[in-house]
Amino acid sequence: MKTKTIKVDYLARVEGEGALSIAIQDNKLDHVHLKIFEPPRFFEGFMRGREFSEAPDITARICGICPVAYQMSSAHAMEAACGVTLDGPLRELRRLLYCGEWIESHVLHMYMLHAPDFLGYESAIHMAADHAEVVKRGLHMKKVGNAIVNLLGGREIHPINVRLGGFYKIPPLEKFRELAEQLKTVRDEAVTTAQWAAGLDFPDFTQDYTFVALSHPDEYPFNEGRVISSDGLDLDVNDYETRFKEQHEERSTALHSVLDNHITYFVGPLARVNLNYDQLSLLTRQVADDICWERGCNNPFKSILARALETIYACDEAIRIIDELEMPEAPFVPVEPKAGVGCAATEAPRGILYHRYTIDEQGLIQNAKIVPPTSQNQRVIEKDLYHFVEQVMHEPDDKIQWQCEQAIRNYDPCISCSTHFLNLKVTRS
Amino acid sequence: MTKPSLAVWKFASCDGCQLSILDCEDELLAIAGAVDIANFPEASREVKPGPYTVSLVEGSITTPHDRERIQEVRAQSGVLVAIGACATAGGIQALRNFSDVKGFTDAVYASPQYISTLETSTAISDHVKVDFELHGCPIDKYQLIRVLTDLLQGRTPLLPSESVCLDCKRAGVVCVMVTKGEPCLGPVTHTGCNALCPSYNRACFGCFGPKNTPNTTALADRCTENLGLEDEQMIRLFRTFNAGAPAFRTESERYENQNH
Repeated sequence: MKTKTIKVDYLARVEGEGALSIAIQDNKLDHVHLKIFEPPRFFEGFMRGREFSEAPDITARICGICPVAYQMSSAHAMEAACGVTLDGPLRELRRLLYCGEWIESHVLHMYMLHAPDFLGYESAIHMAADHAEVVKRGLHMKKVGNAIVNLLGGREIHPINVRLGGFYKIPPLEKFRELAEQLKTVRDEAVTTAQWAAGLDFPDFTQDYTFVALSHPDEYPFNEGRVISSDGLDLDVNDYETRFKEQHEERSTALHSVLDNHITYFVGPLARVNLNYDQLSLLTRQVADDICWERGCNNPFKSILARALETIYACDEAIRIIDELEMPEAPFVPVEPKAGVGCAATEAPRGILYHRYTIDEQGLIQNAKIVPPTSQNQRVIEKDLYHFVEQVMHEPDDKIQWQCEQAIRNYDPCISCSTHFLNLKVTRS
Repeated sequence: MTKPSLAVWKFASCDGCQLSILDCEDELLAIAGAVDIANFPEASREVKPGPYTVSLVEGSITTPHDRERIQEVRAQSGVLVAIGACATAGGIQALRNFSDVKGFTDAVYASPQYISTLETSTAISDHVKVDFELHGCPIDKYQLIRVLTDLLQGRTPLLPSESVCLDCKRAGVVCVMVTKGEPCLGPVTHTGCNALCPSYNRACFGCFGPKNTPNTTALADRCTENLGLEDEQMIRLFRTFNAGAPAFRTESERYENQNH
């Protein structure tokens, strides 16, 4: 009997700490484990007893890559508990802030974390030696995405300007207009990105997925919508926990989420594009046609194309919001505490981010529940790996390892969010 | 001449401080030209063996394994710089230091027996010698570039350690405490953010931790006596991202002990 193990002890180019272990016995796959060893930080635990107004600032610290997502989900959940709904310019400005985070996060992933896999480089910095213009384009796009978050949020990482009911301060209109000019350049670069990414070499690998995303009748989803799936699910966010449950497995400090107790599902850009294609802007759909984007794409390696399309959309949407922007009468609407439960789901760059809080009449948090996108994708990542390894098992170990890492990076896993990280181990016997 | 080498290490954290390096969009390629990025898993698969000229350490120590790992990092590092509130004060996860951590695991995990964790979240300097601490939640990327530049030139980095108040005065930002009666940690908080929150009409909440020689008691007394804050609010005010920093911890404990 011949056993061979391929191990990645510390997965690179993902956010957080994880490991991978693959065991092959007599040329047959024995197991694939994605292990997450990111130290737990117990946010839900210490949120108890904090003031409801602190949730956006505290939960932002779950993730330095997508703090806006945490601020949006927590603010909307608290506002739901208190019976407040934002509309008009404040609602639009929250969408704008999210556009900024999508751009910077998607570009970070496409150019710095994922593209090096397709082109065979250890990192974007190595890649820059041969593809300087490509890397510089990515850095420029990322900078402008960050500039949106910087202007409206105060800083790129852990913005300080988001509060319940809106913002602390609305920057002057001319600052937004200056940004819109830069965004037009970035939109062109995003189109170039999609065309460039379409020319990459994609492994021939498709799976039958259950995609899950928010959906809104009037817009591509950011801050609100019903939870829908490619299998016909159509759920109010308040009922999310009746169908989606988290499980805890020994090898991981992250919880795994399943639909209806057993269904593995897929969240993130590929799910959103597949489920909300018609809500994308005209330009985005034209580019999708140009690059022969296949509706209902089920090759996870093509998630880089979904990110490119969403980046075009986010630029388009940000420009639209700024063009039509009217200054709100006040930077925020008052939110008074009301004893009860509030939940919200928003679309983080990596997929649905669900928050639920119970607060008392003083606004003190009694209970908190947070379901990040990577917890939801963890099972589908493992499932992909399982089937993908079977397909590439005859390859040399170093190639299997790299391609498996790439397959994990398809999901842009944020282990800090899900409280996990990855290490790879392949055992062959 | 071989280039100096740079290593980036992660402990319990949100990844935001190391992301600051990748957020140096205009400077990243120049940084990569000046140093050999030898170990930076968030950005590269390549791992070169130590020793490393400079190590940047993000995150706090919260597990038995990490308590060992930081010793190895120290042994391989010429200069060790702790970056961010987690590495310099234990971070937001140091809130566990004031509670029963078992209560937390039970609140978050259905099978808490799978979780291996320490009772406390502590700063890197509680475990090994730290050569320089860069504060902030998150750190300021321009301060990071300045510190790296200084270290690579063989200079001791020197950053101001005065309070946020002085930044407000220089920037002409109206005092949110005096004019709006808001409990602002600016008078006791380390500079580094350019008085960001007051310039956005909100009170400072202490991302950069205590300044050098902070008079937290005087500030706290003013908050309770003049602004009418309750003891519980004072505890929360000092217990956020730098709750484990000695000056903030002492002040929050003073209020807690008063209560019990």
